[in-house]
Amino acid sequence: MALTDVTHDAQDFVPPAEVAEEELYHPKTWLGKYVFSQDAKIIALQYSITAMGVGLLALVLSVLMRVQLAWPGAVSFITPDAYIQFVTMHGMIMVIYLLTALFLGGFGNYLIPLMVGARDMVFPYVNMISYWIYLLAVLILLASFFTPGGPTGSGWTLYPPQAILPGTPGSGWGITLMCISLGIFVVGFTMGGLNYVVTVLQARARGMTLMRMPLTVWAIFTATILALLAFPALLVSAIMMSLDNLLGTSYFMPAIISLGQQLDHSGGSPVLFQHLFWFFGHPEVYIVALPAFGIVSELLSVHARKNIFGYRLMVWAIVVIGGLSFVVWAHHMYVSGMNPYFGFFFATTTLIIAVPTAIKVYNWVLTLWRGNIRLTVPMLFAIGFVFTFINGGLTGIFLGNVIVDVPLSDTYFVVAHFHMVMAVSPILAVFGAVYHWYPKITGRMLNDGMGKFHFWVTFVGLYCIYYPMHYLGIMGVPRRYFANEGSNGLPDWIPESAQMVNVGITIAAILVASTQLVFLYNLYHSATRGKPSGGNPWGATTLEWQTADTPPTHGNFGKELPSVYRWAYDYSVPGAEEDFIPQNVPASKKTGQAT
Amino acid sequence: MVLVIVLIVLIVGSVLFHFLSPWYLTPIASNWGMIDDTLTITFIVCGFVFVAINAFMVYAIYKYRYRKDRRAEYEPENKKLEWWLTAFTTVGVIAMLAPGLFVWAKYVEVPEDAMLVEAIGQQWNWTYRYPGADGVLGTVDTRNINGTNPFGLDLDDPNGQDDILVSGPEVHLPIGGPVKMLLRSKDVLHDFYVPQIRAKMDLVPGMITYFWFTPTKNGEYDVLCAELCGSGHYNMRSRMVVEDENDFQAWLQTQPTFAQMLAGAGSTSGGSLIEQGEQLARNQGCIACHSLDGSAGVGPTWKGLVGKNEILVDGSSVLVDDDYLKESIVNPNAKLVKGYAPIMPPAQLTEDQLDALMAYLKSASG
Repeated sequence: MALTDVTHDAQDFVPPAEVAEEELYHPKTWLGKYVFSQDAKIIALQYSITAMGVGLLALVLSVLMRVQLAWPGAVSFITPDAYIQFVTMHGMIMVIYLLTALFLGGFGNYLIPLMVGARDMVFPYVNMISYWIYLLAVLILLASFFTPGGPTGSGWTLYPPQAILPGTPGSGWGITLMCISLGIFVVGFTMGGLNYVVTVLQARARGMTLMRMPLTVWAIFTATILALLAFPALLVSAIMMSLDNLLGTSYFMPAIISLGQQLDHSGGSPVLFQHLFWFFGHPEVYIVALPAFGIVSELLSVHARKNIFGYRLMVWAIVVIGGLSFVVWAHHMYVSGMNPYFGFFFATTTLIIAVPTAIKVYNWVLTLWRGNIRLTVPMLFAIGFVFTFINGGLTGIFLGNVIVDVPLSDTYFVVAHFHMVMAVSPILAVFGAVYHWYPKITGRMLNDGMGKFHFWVTFVGLYCIYYPMHYLGIMGVPRRYFANEGSNGLPDWIPESAQMVNVGITIAAILVASTQLVFLYNLYHSATRGKPSGGNPWGATTLEWQTADTPPTHGNFGKELPSVYRWAYDYSVPGAEEDFIPQNVPASKKTGQAT
Repeated sequence: MVLVIVLIVLIVGSVLFHFLSPWYLTPIASNWGMIDDTLTITFIVCGFVFVAINAFMVYAIYKYRYRKDRRAEYEPENKKLEWWLTAFTTVGVIAMLAPGLFVWAKYVEVPEDAMLVEAIGQQWNWTYRYPGADGVLGTVDTRNINGTNPFGLDLDDPNGQDDILVSGPEVHLPIGGPVKMLLRSKDVLHDFYVPQIRAKMDLVPGMITYFWFTPTKNGEYDVLCAELCGSGHYNMRSRMVVEDENDFQAWLQTQPTFAQMLAGAGSTSGGSLIEQGEQLARNQGCIACHSLDGSAGVGPTWKGLVGKNEILVDGSSVLVDDDYLKESIVNPNAKLVKGYAPIMPPAQLTEDQLDALMAYLKSASG
């Protein structure tokens, strides 16, 4: 039985165009071309640069946290309040304003139109607005650093009641601006997200059937649908919490005596917020992970010179993971005080997700098997992704299996797990993608030596940061602690040697963080002085490598849009002259294939 | 081939680290050995998968490294192999999930004879309540909480009169019998966390949550808060003492009932003024925010505090003397020191208690 019709043999027949091509809006001024641009490629760069800029801030915050953990009290401005504010802002920026924005706004914008053979997003004007709204959300977020009380310190999960009570820093301006910023982010994202979905569904080149799309497009497409369905839950919880905070409603607020004061709230449920938050929060994990899955599938196939193994199952795995991600949310809440019988259901659904996820891992590894593996910089990062993802995915089974989660929840095991699976591995995929597509974006190669140095320090360093951290968590060290040693001293079960681990982790973190400067310098340096790359330096089959110009001009494909005759992974086809056949090459041309 | 070597080192290193590192589960002190067993099963299955897949990947990277004269194989899919891998994964998942759910079923079913103990969390200390002679906990309401009734008991509920209230820094439990911990929060989320008993649960304001365990080893254990609860989260500590039944009963007798507390008995007991003050500082949770060693905290450290000149939020300066300290304990926000948030709750203390606390504070100031 076929899961769906897909054929790996190229076909000559391409359906005729149903509607005539429309002329794009062409900007006439410099401002219209580079600032208020409606070109998805420029918008992609705007998203990427903004996301990476704010991501650098989050990186600095993480180094400050690590310094406090390794050498408590060494830096005087890291107070207990500042520490949890750093924790909060680091998490929120990395998850939402960096990774979500970069994968969907950055890679989504750049790759979707090029990879499906479209001239641009279907709603270019809305696409432009989407970026500017995102920028506004970022600025409001940053503004909270300069308000009285500073940014919110309630953790990136923003759990009420503490988020809006005075025992938490930033419970006034900080949390209000955070909620506003998130709300604006969701509005901006929705504009971009609708664009990505409609473009994939309506603007594919002739012959680009859904089952011929590159996995990158499938993954970003699915992630966008998840985001469109999940972000409203975040939006309403941000609005409801703001109402509790500013107008005195009691959605999430029961009767409370806060620091000696009876509050006017009654009857609300803090657990309700957690359900809403994680109904968004768990799909969010896959909003970040799925694009990484897709990108890595692309990189492994191109650089191993081999078709992706089990394409159909890969597509179905993406879709199934996306669907299941909406029925596992309460595995973040096993010890939240919700009805304990929910644990049976959510542990089961969570472990079911392990099956399609494992299939993806098998297929990546089997793609390497009998390939002709070129260890280019993008390939190194892709393999680094697979290695760290296996690690992070497996520790997810610990935490998903409800009873095993009980001793591990709220410890450093959780911190290590989610960093490995949704920070380390996606960021390695991001780096791989940047090294892979940079030649298309600029027409020049990134410097190979700097790239390799960047890879080795980042990959090995990150693994050394997070692997030992699991064991601190198994021992029981709780997360979000300003210091393990409180006014009653160190808990007697934490040996002095644990501090050694903390120092080691911090040193690795400082090394990894400072190595990112090499990457940034490489981006800057190679843009003008890198080796010219030509249009298709990797010998890749997908449409973005077949453009007339590199970098592609406005409209992407010059005079005529490509027609697609085959799937995206015709590498090393037996009998073909070269070891790849682009998607827009018809079967009748001399490819050695039976026609 | 550097990649192959590095990956092998990382795989072997990870496995060695697991077996050689001194950082692993704390020695268990409860009946939840089964949780450790499921953790071990998960480690075995996941460890095997981790090594197997990565080793296969490393082998593939080595064997199929780039050669100019070679071509990759063209193999879009292999249904049989994919089918086998899916089935194999499903079996592995069931092998971990089934024992996990089996143990969870025990976790959610509290034994009927379990002794009731209530842990109450507030920013940033713990208090406890026992049901007393009648074995029934009196009803409570956050609205009832005030200076004379810090536990919020219903004054009209006869079941509450004999409830034993523990404001001190310790909760005592008898060894060997199941305990149902009822969890209640006055303000924000907290989590009653003792690593050695494995079990834990959040405290949620507005509802009573619970979990159960049987203490199996005599000793003293640190109680920590595992759910972020604001500035003093890392400092929200208490002690759990597990002891023989007789010792437990003897300790319980020294704690006041609700009726006694209303009558004004059972406040600070014995010891010098400074010792009484020290006990108060711990019971009231003062030292969660005010360090004694000069280190930074949520509030100003007590070390060297007396006689210091502090700058207030309005820019004026104040000499820290007896009057200022007393005012700041009773009405903390009246003259707030610059750089600190107005988050200290006004202390509800008798004159005697205030004197004791002042005596301790001065001795801590040095």
